[in-house]
Amino acid sequence: MSIFLSQIANGLMFGSLIALIAIGYTMVYGIITLINFAHGEIFMVGAYGGLATLTYWVPTAVVARWYFALPIALVAGALVSMLVAVAMERFAYRPLRNAPRLAPLITALGVSVALQEAVRVFYPGATAAIPFPPLFIQGAFVIPIGDGVVIRYTGILLIVVSLGLAFGLERFVERTRLGRAMRATSQDRDTARLMGIDPDRVIVLTFAIGGALAGVAGVLYGSYLNNINIDMGFQNGIFAFTAAVLGGIGNIRGAVVGGLVIGLVRALGGQYLPGGTAYDYVWIFVVLIIVLVFRPQGFFGESERVRA
Amino acid sequence: MSRTRKVATTAALLAGVLALSACSTNREEASSGGGGSCDTSKGTLVVGFVAPLSGSLSALGLGMKNSTDLAVNQANQACKVPGYRLALQAEDDQATAQIAGQAATKLASDPNVVGVIGTLNSSTAQTVAPILAQKKIVEISPANTNPALTQGDNYATAPARPNATYFRTATTDAIQGPFAAQFLVQKQGKKNIAVIDDGKTYGAGLADQFAAEAQKLGATIAARLKVGEKDTDFSGVITQIRGANPDAVYYGGEYPVAGPLSKQLADAGLNIPLMGGDGIVDSTYAQLGGREGDFATNVGAPPEQQPSAKAFIDAYAAAGYSEPYSAYGALTYDAANVLIDGLSKTVGNGTFSDASRDGLISAVQATNLQGATGAISFDQFGDTTNKVLTVYTVQGGKFTPLETGTYAAS
Repeated sequence: MSIFLSQIANGLMFGSLIALIAIGYTMVYGIITLINFAHGEIFMVGAYGGLATLTYWVPTAVVARWYFALPIALVAGALVSMLVAVAMERFAYRPLRNAPRLAPLITALGVSVALQEAVRVFYPGATAAIPFPPLFIQGAFVIPIGDGVVIRYTGILLIVVSLGLAFGLERFVERTRLGRAMRATSQDRDTARLMGIDPDRVIVLTFAIGGALAGVAGVLYGSYLNNINIDMGFQNGIFAFTAAVLGGIGNIRGAVVGGLVIGLVRALGGQYLPGGTAYDYVWIFVVLIIVLVFRPQGFFGESERVRA
Repeated sequence: MSRTRKVATTAALLAGVLALSACSTNREEASSGGGGSCDTSKGTLVVGFVAPLSGSLSALGLGMKNSTDLAVNQANQACKVPGYRLALQAEDDQATAQIAGQAATKLASDPNVVGVIGTLNSSTAQTVAPILAQKKIVEISPANTNPALTQGDNYATAPARPNATYFRTATTDAIQGPFAAQFLVQKQGKKNIAVIDDGKTYGAGLADQFAAEAQKLGATIAARLKVGEKDTDFSGVITQIRGANPDAVYYGGEYPVAGPLSKQLADAGLNIPLMGGDGIVDSTYAQLGGREGDFATNVGAPPEQQPSAKAFIDAYAAAGYSEPYSAYGALTYDAANVLIDGLSKTVGNGTFSDASRDGLISAVQATNLQGATGAISFDQFGDTTNKVLTVYTVQGGKFTPLETGTYAAS
């Protein structure tokens, strides 16, 4: 029992991280039907941005206190990611706005490679994994069931921040004027323009929000696992993309649910299914295939399209 | 509906593009300094080199490259191969078998390549060794430890050498794994050990050898699990072994996983030592989360403590390389010197041509050198006869030698 609960907790932690990245994939797809494969790299850049801020611009006395260091790193990571995402939209995707669909997709791959190499070349020591400072209360609390369920405080932070941001974003898209503009643009860009909405502004906003969330995810990831490397965006980006497709691409709630499902499948599959942890990634894609066979639009696709 | 289908098509397409994009290599061709006052009228012979020079294992790879460079420069200065200048051509394999294969093919197509130093990973050697063997190019690895490379897939029952051109100065997992088991079970008194590996040729081989010997010595294998070599979150694996209540963890794999794994073990309340093989011995292990009191075995004796390695260490420092020589520096330096020594015997005062290759293979096979790591010679499989290993433990954030010993079967 305690093992089962521990694995559920492990799954929720990994899953909420993936969910936070998946939101960026799904929002961009919702607005301009582009699978932004460079989004994983935005997540990676956020982690390095947060780390650079703590390492080079903030006095160590401040870094040593998590209640200062954490917000600084989160904001810095979000800002760096947001800027990179907006610049990417402006210089890589906007010139291709009316090009055939494949052109921006290939561009996304190019941007992905370029960002990864840029960090590798220009960030000191980025050729190998770099240690990342813990930015939250260290240690764990133990729920006294069976052998004890160990839950790390950083893991709780990860879940709370991720789900909180996802909830806030959903409210933003549902309740505000800008959110309505986003939904309108996603449904029909030309008609939205006729209604006085500037689609370019909405698209920039989408990239900015998706980027900021990925940046936050990057910093949380670093603080949770205590080291970062330039591959992290690619690896987790693939899972986030899978989560977005699983939940119904274009749907924010779907991305969150998809992310959590992936986390749980990985943790429980690694524990209980044959092959164990050697095959835990396989189960994620098995679930994806099964869902796509029986419900090609994903969990939340079509029936309630709350696309951003 | 159709939108989802488009997504699926796009994803399939992307997978293809990604596979292609992985082909690009970062070539870095290093050529060593001139031959000084030596006669180099017969031209240039190339010492090939294949190891990861980028990516997470580059710390080890760059140390190997510099050590080879040092040996080549010294040979040029000492006019070791009369009439020829030696040049180093270093290829980055990114720790990937496929890219290593491309690098090997590139080197094999150059008639001036006399031999290749490398690879770091056993998995890349499996691709590289047959390619070089076809062209009769000698390969000497300072770091491969998988037994199958020299003794074939059935090394435990019917050893048979697959490639006559392949040699190594590193001892194998068939020795390293059991050596670690003897230390952990007999000297540390660990009786319930969880064994984890990364599923690669090196890691899985090492872990299997360890587990077999540990069981023979009376310990229980509490759990036998695998992680991905690029994994970063090990909470699932740790939850599983936590239930088995082990008193130590043995990890077959490399430091980018071992460091964080050690930290996450402690985070989950498992304050038990992690032990690994030579793959986790790196200066960044503790930074990445490796804890005080973790153990590792490494092949050979620590260069810092060996009188024979002093000349190498001094020369390396004097050459002013920007990266440390790392775990395999001394073994690489020896591997390069074995090749150069064999070459100088084969060429003599004559010239090097494809016809000289058989002679070079025999010359390397008959090696009898005093190297930085001690006496070097090879057995009938191409394995080093030097079976000295050292157990290291993390102290003050660094691997420090604990005890050196010669392996004896239990």
